[in-house]
Amino acid sequence: MEHQKLFAWEEKCTQGLPPACTAACPVHVDVKGFLAEMKAGRFDRAMKILRQALPFPGIIGRICDHPCQDACKRREAGEAISIAALEKACVMMSSKPPVKISVQTKKDKRVAVVGSGLSGLTAAHDLATKGYSVVLFESKDRLGGSLWDIPEQILPRDVILSETAVLEKLGVEIRFNTTVGKDISLADLCRDFDAVYMGTGRHSQDTFNLQTSQEGRIQIDPVAFSTSQEGVFAGGGLRTGGEYSPILSQSDGKRAAISIDRYLQKASLYLAREDEGPYESRLFTSTEGVEPLPAVVPADPVQGYTREEAIQEAGRCLQCECMECVKACEYLSHFGGYPRKYLREINHNLKMVMGLHTANKMINSCSLCGLCKEICPYEFDMGEVCRFSREVMVTKGRMPPSAHDFALRDMQFCNSEMFALARTEPGRDSCKHLFFPGCQLSGSSPEYVDRVYADLRENLTGGVGLMLRCCGAPADWSGRKEQFQECRQEILRLWNEMGKPSFILACSSCYQIFQNHLPEIEIVSLWEVMDRLGLPDATTGKSGMGKVAVHDACTTRHEKDVHDSVRRILGRLGYEVEELAYSRDKTECCGFGGLMSIANPELVRKVIDRRIKESETDYVAYCAMCRDKFASRGKRTFHLLDLIYGGGNAELAEKKDPGYSQRHENRARLKNKLLREIWGEKVEEAQPAIKLEIDDKLKDVMEERLILVEDIRKVIDYAEKTGNKFYNQETGHFMACYRPVSVTYWVEYSPRGDGYAVHNAYSHRVQIVEDVKK
Amino acid sequence: MSGQSNKAKKQEWQCYKCKVPIKPSKARISYMGNEFSMELPRCPQCGLSLVPEELAIRKLLEIEQTLEDK
Repeated sequence: MEHQKLFAWEEKCTQGLPPACTAACPVHVDVKGFLAEMKAGRFDRAMKILRQALPFPGIIGRICDHPCQDACKRREAGEAISIAALEKACVMMSSKPPVKISVQTKKDKRVAVVGSGLSGLTAAHDLATKGYSVVLFESKDRLGGSLWDIPEQILPRDVILSETAVLEKLGVEIRFNTTVGKDISLADLCRDFDAVYMGTGRHSQDTFNLQTSQEGRIQIDPVAFSTSQEGVFAGGGLRTGGEYSPILSQSDGKRAAISIDRYLQKASLYLAREDEGPYESRLFTSTEGVEPLPAVVPADPVQGYTREEAIQEAGRCLQCECMECVKACEYLSHFGGYPRKYLREINHNLKMVMGLHTANKMINSCSLCGLCKEICPYEFDMGEVCRFSREVMVTKGRMPPSAHDFALRDMQFCNSEMFALARTEPGRDSCKHLFFPGCQLSGSSPEYVDRVYADLRENLTGGVGLMLRCCGAPADWSGRKEQFQECRQEILRLWNEMGKPSFILACSSCYQIFQNHLPEIEIVSLWEVMDRLGLPDATTGKSGMGKVAVHDACTTRHEKDVHDSVRRILGRLGYEVEELAYSRDKTECCGFGGLMSIANPELVRKVIDRRIKESETDYVAYCAMCRDKFASRGKRTFHLLDLIYGGGNAELAEKKDPGYSQRHENRARLKNKLLREIWGEKVEEAQPAIKLEIDDKLKDVMEERLILVEDIRKVIDYAEKTGNKFYNQETGHFMACYRPVSVTYWVEYSPRGDGYAVHNAYSHRVQIVEDVKK
Repeated sequence: MSGQSNKAKKQEWQCYKCKVPIKPSKARISYMGNEFSMELPRCPQCGLSLVPEELAIRKLLEIEQTLEDK
């Protein structure tokens, strides 16, 4: 079931499918590869590519009716590439190495081919190559059929002779001056041979007693090229009639040979033949911004292109590919492929039981931001794939523990007594509204939570409650369905208890979670509320505050009302708004989404750097994590609330990301402060914690290693209580470890004043089983 | 190699409880249901093991990642 789903997703991605020219070519010449070699001046290699699809390149290269050119994407920017003229230049100018003939093991079946036009020649060639004994019947005294009707200037006679000579080398027996239906009957052929191919051309009058259509033409199956008589196949001009198409004739001969081979091998004539013959490619190729160029005109139209002209003309080829999403997304380009390729890797990864699951990291690195879906002409969404794959991995117990552990523990903290809080407005039993600031704004800028809540209480009637906790995004993003349901149920329970208030959301990720998973609850973004209610008096009515570039949060991609509100607020605050190239529904993720930040820190740095280079202007974000991510890489970025409550103080744009430990502390303090000041509750202050000195350099290392100050406290507390530690007489340092969860933390420390100085911290997940001897 | 681990390398750690210098000896290590043994600096008396920083952030991390993707 999951593989079908993944396969359906894979089919949406057209990258890697043949380009329009190759699909339109009845024999699917690799035109793109051919033109790349021509452009590079490697005509011999170009010739080799032609030979792969064309058994008689010298002939078809001079006379091809080139349906590929009608399909060429270059037409959208100038003229189609002169593919036929380039083929001609190639067959005329490449040195001709002797054709290597490789024939499969001889088979004991005999095939008669009637007619030596292009379809018959091709059928005879392909069947002989496959090891069948082939006898070719030709009514005239030369090979080529209607090729001889083509003027000699276009197709020199010696070319026909030299190119068709290959059949003799393949051991094809040729019977000249033998007309089937006159000198020998079809019934005789059917008796003497195991299969027959009829390629008598479009002028052929004889229907050989085969079933005919109303127009009097032999009935030929369009897929299998079979006729009413078993073992008799037909194609070429006989089938197509009308105008002569050399390339279609060749294609018919090739396809009929495939059928005859299948017939003689007793295999299905119809299975997996969808992509034979000309078709329309689904490959999307953008020609936006491509400079229109006309075709190169040969100086001598009779001779055709010179070598230089050919190289120049081949250089106009767009080398069609899609790559639209890969160009727009750092994550998709980071792994060196494209969705169709990734899907195959993911499918393999999920299927595999034994062996290394090399796609795990890729699956866990996507921000789930949805930009690819906006860009893809077929609406392929890599986020959908990765979220689904994560769920499968969790269900099967195959999710690497380190991928999301830290984020899930952070979520647990936010939903524990340390931070979680749900209260109606003081003096009320229920409330009409509820402010849900989210855990990241509370961790980054707790002071704003306080102020926003005060303003909302003042401006809204019906009571405004407050709920501090995590919306469950980390569980949702990491594929933990059960854990997410627990979060959801708890929010619903509290919502019911508080009189089903409408939620005012300050965080974009919360907004998306509520919208997708909590449809019962009415939600509105804080920015829409502020836009409607107006801003604190002191902040509005100014002008000339300067320019800011808005970074829209990826989780509000489709919330046009939110985007508009944010811009109106900025206008009222006196700021000129700059629009980034990727904004609104095409905005990019800051690197926090989908837990990318935990799964792949290296990639996150690239994602942030790409985004912050889009403009020199100071950014303004309305999601705490976006702001902190950009600031962490040195981009001056305001939070919208910095402009509303902080007066746009320039220092606020440089404020450092507080880091994981400080976020915990900020959240815990915020809860206690609000309980004390708003609800007048007596809050018991936590026990005075062990005092620690940690310098900034080590703090950065701890951040990178996902080690919290509270983890360090636990280690020292444990070591001091048990004496299980190491001592260094020279330095006076202690070294100890403790494993509070599934991670062992090591700390090097020494007593200092009434606390400790921390010198180093690191961790590992493997467990030392045999530790202290009993 | 970070400056901090350089320091750790030079240091002569001894077991605080047993007051004896630690010496390399085999310890059993486990992760995700896989068990293996590895030489670690340990207290020869009580067996308390020390995992140096360099080992934790390179070799052990590598082992963890391989076992997680297995």
